[in-house]
Amino acid sequence: MSENFRSIETKFLDKTNRISFKYNGKKYYGYKGDTLASALLSNGVHLIGRSFKYHRPRGIMTCGSEEPNAIVQIGGNGSFTEPNVRATEQEIYEGLEASSQNCWPSVEFDIGGINNLISPVIPAGFYYKTFMWPKKLWYSLYEPAIRLSAGLGKSPTQPDPELYDHNHLHCDVLIVGGGISGIIAASISADNGNNTVLIDDKNSLGGSTIYQNDENFKINDEISSTWLDKKIKELKKKQNLTIKHRTSVAAFHGYNYLLARESLADHKSLDERLNKLRQRLWKIRAKKVILATGAIERPLIFNNNDRPGVMLANSVKKYIDFFGVKCGNKNIIFTNNDSAYETAISLNKKGIEVVVIDIRKNSSSTLVQTTKDAGIKIYWNHAIVNTSGYRRIKSIQIMEMSEDGTNVVGKKTSLLCDSLSISGGWTPMVHLFTQSGGKLKFRDADQVFLPNTVISDQISIGSCNGDFELDDVIKNTISECKNFLSASVIDYDLLKVSCPKQKESKNIWLLPNNKPLGKTKPFLDFQNDSTAKDIKLAMREGFKSIEHVKRYTTTGMGTDQGKLANMHALGIISETAGVKMGSLGTTTFRPPYTPLTFGTIVGRNVGTFFDITRKTPMHDWHKDHKAQFENVGQWKRAWYYPKDGENMYQAVQRESKAARESAGILDASTLGKIDIKGTDASEFLNRVYTNAWSKLGISKCRYGLMLNEDGMVYDDGVTTRLGENHYLMTTTTGGAANVLSKLEDYLQTEWPELDVWLTSVTDHFATASICGPNSKNILKKLFPNLDFNDENFPHMSFKNAEMDGINCRIMRISFTGEHSYEINIESKYGKSLWEKCMDAGKEFNITPYGTETMHLLRAEKGFIIVGQDTDGTMTPIDLQMDWIVSKKKYDFIGKRSLYRSDTMREDRKQLVGLLTDNPKEILEEGAQIVKNEKKQPIEMLGHVTSSYFSPNLNKSIALAVVKNGKKLKGQKLLVPMKDKTINVTVSDFIFFDSKNERLNA
Amino acid sequence: MFIINCPFCGERDQSEFSAGGEAHIVRPKQPTELSDDEWADFLFMRKNIKGIQFERWNHAHGCRKWFNVIRDTSNDKIHAVYKMGEKPPSI
Repeated sequence: MSENFRSIETKFLDKTNRISFKYNGKKYYGYKGDTLASALLSNGVHLIGRSFKYHRPRGIMTCGSEEPNAIVQIGGNGSFTEPNVRATEQEIYEGLEASSQNCWPSVEFDIGGINNLISPVIPAGFYYKTFMWPKKLWYSLYEPAIRLSAGLGKSPTQPDPELYDHNHLHCDVLIVGGGISGIIAASISADNGNNTVLIDDKNSLGGSTIYQNDENFKINDEISSTWLDKKIKELKKKQNLTIKHRTSVAAFHGYNYLLARESLADHKSLDERLNKLRQRLWKIRAKKVILATGAIERPLIFNNNDRPGVMLANSVKKYIDFFGVKCGNKNIIFTNNDSAYETAISLNKKGIEVVVIDIRKNSSSTLVQTTKDAGIKIYWNHAIVNTSGYRRIKSIQIMEMSEDGTNVVGKKTSLLCDSLSISGGWTPMVHLFTQSGGKLKFRDADQVFLPNTVISDQISIGSCNGDFELDDVIKNTISECKNFLSASVIDYDLLKVSCPKQKESKNIWLLPNNKPLGKTKPFLDFQNDSTAKDIKLAMREGFKSIEHVKRYTTTGMGTDQGKLANMHALGIISETAGVKMGSLGTTTFRPPYTPLTFGTIVGRNVGTFFDITRKTPMHDWHKDHKAQFENVGQWKRAWYYPKDGENMYQAVQRESKAARESAGILDASTLGKIDIKGTDASEFLNRVYTNAWSKLGISKCRYGLMLNEDGMVYDDGVTTRLGENHYLMTTTTGGAANVLSKLEDYLQTEWPELDVWLTSVTDHFATASICGPNSKNILKKLFPNLDFNDENFPHMSFKNAEMDGINCRIMRISFTGEHSYEINIESKYGKSLWEKCMDAGKEFNITPYGTETMHLLRAEKGFIIVGQDTDGTMTPIDLQMDWIVSKKKYDFIGKRSLYRSDTMREDRKQLVGLLTDNPKEILEEGAQIVKNEKKQPIEMLGHVTSSYFSPNLNKSIALAVVKNGKKLKGQKLLVPMKDKTINVTVSDFIFFDSKNERLNA
Repeated sequence: MFIINCPFCGERDQSEFSAGGEAHIVRPKQPTELSDDEWADFLFMRKNIKGIQFERWNHAHGCRKWFNVIRDTSNDKIHAVYKMGEKPPSI
């Protein structure tokens, strides 16, 4: 294998820049500009990997993004490794390490190859059929075994260390594809004053024309590649034009919104990319889009068409004419059309032995004439019936085809070869067009799907629009662009183009064989190992829809998404079912066009930038005092403040006791706050809360419950009347944004006549809540001039106050059941307020407490937390909060739903208290509650919503929702856990101070 | 991703908006007088049309205004936008 296969000079590589890389641990050399595939081929390496199911040896088939076989693992172990990289797209760089996938111990000798021998017993749907029973073996045996053999490549085991970026791009005209039609379009667009962007996925422009050196293809009497080369040079000087290389459009959405991945460093060595962006995801909004995505060659489907050394004919041509690499010394070309003759001529010119096998009976094309003139042997009306060679193709067997093409006849002829080029015609790349919502039409003449109708402002040009011949491509590209861009400046009008024309055509989706289908392996989807017989089997078993056949046989479901094989699958289905291909339709083309790394998708939004973090003005104080934080929505809330090595349980017990015995302080700044103003503010509150608001006096506070229109509890909080037409509503921390938008919705759409104005002021105020028997003493110290007499400042009332000349709002409200005040101050003074409270409270052992203690204290009082004790299926009646639902009000949001037959059912799940028989035993939140464990299936009555050990009661308490709970008070129920069953008794859900005596203590 | 022409702000990216379901469903003025079925009809029943659909949208990350959109759900083409309370334009 030491032979150098790069025998041909090429101007496309930098021969002065020799690069070493490793493949499967062995060192090889290539040149700057090589892809991994071209570099390996130049070293005579064809065998790249093993196929997914049968572990058959597979080699490089193509030279682009459609590659099904040559997918490799890049990088060694650890964080830089990346699986499933197409060797045909990866450029080599100094120090590149690549290895084969899906094989063990090596790609040369792979144990999994045994699957190939037993393939007759593992047909399509094998897994569905085989692992059905016995059922109990699924978890212990089948699933682990399947998982072990599933998947391609190895995932990195550490976080991706590379940098990714997102950026927006707006342009007048976006052109996708830098082949000849894309270049002409870009030139016309830019010349006519459009801000133009041209995107191409390769490192240089020109598509396949740039290496078209055949005398048969001429533009203005120059060889087409020479002409195009000049045009590209001109293009680079144009104003209004941006060219993006190594950029692949991943998705084309409606309204001309596209996502494109630009590779900035994938072709650079690890040293060169250090601290540089690896890839950038462009979010493009274009006024007009021109798709020039080209076409890819179709394989031919015959027995054992998958061996290393079997390649698409045009790819073989690119490897010679572009990379200067011959794919073998003895070449055979197998075709059904004229384009493959270009490859034959190219090979012959370089002095490489070549033979052509054509399924047609003849062709009058000038290309074929040139081939004949060169003395190349052509076998007309022949088909390949078998190939041999395990790790590299060695020989083929051909037979003559019968008159109607459905069979093979006569004697087998064997031909030796080390490279087989196949060509089954061309498939326009309509992926992006259909992603954007475009509908396809079918052209019977050459059996291709073509762009038909689409609503967004776009056109398809060149071979992705079904023009396969140079003169058509150029003529139609110019006229289409002229119309589409209303272009007046055109310097292409007088182009003279000459090229060979395709005359005879013949297409057979599944070529005939002398053996029955069941004894052959004609591969369709090379990556997923689905064959023509799998498709036929699926159809025999009753699958009719193309989408179903695809999923059952996994055709088109690999990382290449079946770019090569899907058309043949459709063809075979339509032939077998006797349905016209046009009416069969295609499977859905979904983004991304080629796989994207997660890094590209998330961009900079990783680590601390994953989501916005909201912190209260007192946050630094909490941090300095060793608080543990809890995420509540985007907020970081102090969870508990461990002291001297306390764990969470110990800290919460201490904090809870201190709050009830003397004084506790909580940062309540995160509660949602909505400022409500307007002459109809009272009426508005009447409509959105379940209780009555019209009679609430100025400077008074009231607790309100808000429902959804379906009658279920949505949010709750205390609202204070600050003035005649001015309220301050508080909402739950997590519900703030949703409540505001819900209220806006009603105001704007249902009740536009109300004079009400809503403003979110959550971030404008910081709130310190001080509770406990000494709270009043602390407040007195903080506000010496304020009258804290219970008569003048009773529970559920509000006063304005000043602290060092700064306005404060003080609400006497309580979520703990203790005598309690909430002090609101402009945010920027929040930390200072907190520190002053701590100072003033020092003599009373004021104890900061976090959300966990808050939850415990409110649970002792049986106060609900919306979202914890409720889940969108609880009415106020279910929560035993009938007292807050006004009977007098004619209407409020959700009222009518409380009288639906279902919401009135008495055996709904209702909020109750639970006491464990063993008072030391703490229930788990979320635990299921049952009555009878013996009777199967066990009826689930409900679940535990909140559970704590109460230090103030010295016993375990819990809230739960239980079916028909109101009537079960005093009854024994069971909470079955993994290792035991806990006995509980249904109780009242107010566990502590049920007469509310402490509020005024 | 659509471009939506907010009647108050002009053309903006879809990411600034949130969808609010079918338009022109008026909350009954006297819910208590409705039967369970009639109320359920208002509460739960929504059309899911393939074709021209009247929808509510909210410029949530913009002016916060609600407005109506006429959209063809089969191809996402927006035929018209109009303010709350206005009659749908004929298309």
